[in-house]
Amino acid sequence: MLRFILGRLAILIPTFIGVALIAFSFIRLLPGDPVMLMSGERVMSEERHAQIMHDLGYDKPIAVQFVDYLGKIAHGDLGRSVVTKKPVLDDFKALFPATLELSICAIIVAVLLGIPAGVIAAVKRGSWLDQTLMGAALVGYSMPIFWWGLLLIIFFSGFLGWTPVSGRISLMYFFPAKTGFMLIDSLLSGQKGAFSSAVSHLILPTVVLATIPLAVIARQTRSAMLEVLGEDYVRTARSKGLSPFRVVGFHALRNALIPVVTTIGLQVGVLLAGAILTETIFSWPGIGKWMVDAVFKRDYPVVQGGLLLIAGIIMIVNLIVDITYGFINPRIRR
Amino acid sequence: MKKLALLLAASALASAFATSAWSKTLVYCSEASPEGFDPAMYTSGTTFDAASRTVYNRLVEFKHGSTETEPGLAESYTISEDGTVYTFKLRKGVKFQKTDFFTPTRDLNADDVIFSFERQLKADNPWAKYVEGGSYEYAEGMGFPKLIKSIEKVDDLTVKFTLNKPEAPFIADLAMDFASILSKEYADKLAADKNMVQLNQKPLGTGPFTFVGYQQDAVIRFQANADYWGNKQKISDLVFAITPDASVRAQKLKAGECHITVYPNAADVEGLKGDANLTVASQEGLNIAYLAYNTTQAPFDKPEVRKALNQAINKQAIVDAVFQGAAKVAKNPIPPTMWSYNDKVEDDKYDPAAAKAALEKAGVKDLSMKIWAMPVSRPYMLNARRAAELMQADFAKVGVKVEIVTYEWAEYLKQSKAKDRDGAVMLGWTGDNGDPDNFLDTLLGCDAVGGNNRAQWCDKDFDTLVKKAKVTSDKAERTKLYEEAQVVFKKQAPWATIDHSLVFVPMSKKVSGFKVDPLGYHRFDDVDVAE
Repeated sequence: MLRFILGRLAILIPTFIGVALIAFSFIRLLPGDPVMLMSGERVMSEERHAQIMHDLGYDKPIAVQFVDYLGKIAHGDLGRSVVTKKPVLDDFKALFPATLELSICAIIVAVLLGIPAGVIAAVKRGSWLDQTLMGAALVGYSMPIFWWGLLLIIFFSGFLGWTPVSGRISLMYFFPAKTGFMLIDSLLSGQKGAFSSAVSHLILPTVVLATIPLAVIARQTRSAMLEVLGEDYVRTARSKGLSPFRVVGFHALRNALIPVVTTIGLQVGVLLAGAILTETIFSWPGIGKWMVDAVFKRDYPVVQGGLLLIAGIIMIVNLIVDITYGFINPRIRR
Repeated sequence: MKKLALLLAASALASAFATSAWSKTLVYCSEASPEGFDPAMYTSGTTFDAASRTVYNRLVEFKHGSTETEPGLAESYTISEDGTVYTFKLRKGVKFQKTDFFTPTRDLNADDVIFSFERQLKADNPWAKYVEGGSYEYAEGMGFPKLIKSIEKVDDLTVKFTLNKPEAPFIADLAMDFASILSKEYADKLAADKNMVQLNQKPLGTGPFTFVGYQQDAVIRFQANADYWGNKQKISDLVFAITPDASVRAQKLKAGECHITVYPNAADVEGLKGDANLTVASQEGLNIAYLAYNTTQAPFDKPEVRKALNQAINKQAIVDAVFQGAAKVAKNPIPPTMWSYNDKVEDDKYDPAAAKAALEKAGVKDLSMKIWAMPVSRPYMLNARRAAELMQADFAKVGVKVEIVTYEWAEYLKQSKAKDRDGAVMLGWTGDNGDPDNFLDTLLGCDAVGGNNRAQWCDKDFDTLVKKAKVTSDKAERTKLYEEAQVVFKKQAPWATIDHSLVFVPMSKKVSGFKVDPLGYHRFDDVDVAE
């Protein structure tokens, strides 16, 4: 098992350098540069423009810039935002917990509802329940996040007044961020009502962000279960007289879960992509909106650093998924 | 479900209680995050709203809701005969704010003024690059390092600026955000603590509000400055709730989660006006959208051709289609809210038949041209593509074939400057300081050809007028010169002036004293909110 983990880790390093190269060159392929976009309609003199580009080191050959950049990364320096002049890592650390908190809540909701929905649909294959669940999953999967989010805000916040429109907590609560996770910080603050306020602010963005992964997980679980339910060993288990619950819950589901776990791992990328829109709609101060703004402003260090960090996280999650397989299915370890 | 409803009800109740304990807090749903809190280092209005108009003051200030200036930290000033020496008498007893680690030991004096400017003017000043990668672009863009020869302390409360040449807009420039006055004592303390970067993170000034804290991309908190030299503030706390999406800002306002918001979607304005708890204030913005011909290329080098084309454009139709009425047709290159606006100028009336005849008379046949449409939405032009399509149809009616071209925004800005550019370019401008010079000379002066002057238009009569106005201190005289310049502009028609957009500020009826600012600021000094 240790060799398996080490092997996977060794692949991570070249992948990481590859990601750095892609992140580095991708943003530079876009026309325009951050200095020009900063000045907007106000024309900056050629000399001034050249001076600032020089100060930022963007006048060096691309290859030299890349090698410099790799050297800095090796020292843990991801550079400073061209726009805000703040260290990229500081911004990431301040914003990432918000995205992570929202993503964790969303994936929990997606898994807790998606797997049972998929199992029920498979067991009741062809019934109205199966069709309803899978129809709903298809609708969920096709739902444009922006429209869905606004619809929920207008109905639940505007019309019913049940949930707050946006933000992470009511503005009346003001305490220093200890962990960056609002649910935990609100509890630690000891302020009355802070935790329930944080929970109420999480509901709509969680629902919106969970919608697509939930649909994907439900569909994947259903198809994996259908395959497994037709296997000989399941028939044998049934013929042995085991209760349907044991057959489905223990024998079938455990094997069906392998592709589902893969799907859940892959949803991390989907979640981060969905977070961009969800965070914008719900004024959620996370890394999604931070990255998009950086692309528009050609804020090279933020785009590069942000992509690297996100890719690093996705790689680690995938590594964990791979290791999890190893536990679920010992054959994979070989 | 029941539990969920209970939880939601409990949180709603908690919020209701909070409201009563929080009665004098004004919540402003702002559109974006500030880039930082040192107003001299940035150029966006969002940063100015959050940093300079709350925490700081300047030697002179824009009057609330106007482009006129009034005394700020300087209670008076004199200008030398030749217009090159400005002597400012500072207000006595002006207190700086405090932070958790700094308490000022003295009041505002000339050292603070000198510090605030010299850091932006001298490359060898220790504060010239106190943030890695930072620079003072606004001062640079306004030409301050070349304009200001020296700043001297005459006595504690008197400071003298000597310029290299007379510059009439100088006073208006000093009311701009980059000219905010910082505390030298605070800066010295940060330098001693080797913590200079805090100057951009924990602002400390003399303004109406004291900075309390910023939670990135989420909330900025201020408290009324109890020691403020001006009026005592009517609210106790000011909160900026950063809400990037316009529809969500509207929902938050309706739900009572904020008192004021900005930049509503044009389509939402009517709905907000219809809400019994809200009002929507509006004013013409200090902006212009234009179509700049390349006046160096035939046949656009002939004023009669440009005027004929201007007559062919149905500008009202553009305003209706693109802005749904939330803009006004422009006839002059400066907006009507600006002093010296010449209302006597007659616009080229929409008349396709006359336009066609004029083109024929000028010997123009089977003309094909390009119109550049911006790829982005700007406050002065929400949808350039749509506007270009309407112009294309208008021009087709007079026999002119139009090809619409566009580029990625940064590329658009760069290529549209080129002197040999092919085609008429759509662009616009939002004023910086309320001075006509900031439009007329900046966008149409001869020195701006190949730069901001997208028409590449250098007209001696026009240029003489605006250059003379730039060095004349007498405002009445300047007004006359600018009025004349607008007449020359209309006759020569280097641009088709398109529109001045309206600015809408939706707010709760509980709010009083808020004025829509023609310069685009959102200021909360002297604003009140009912309990």
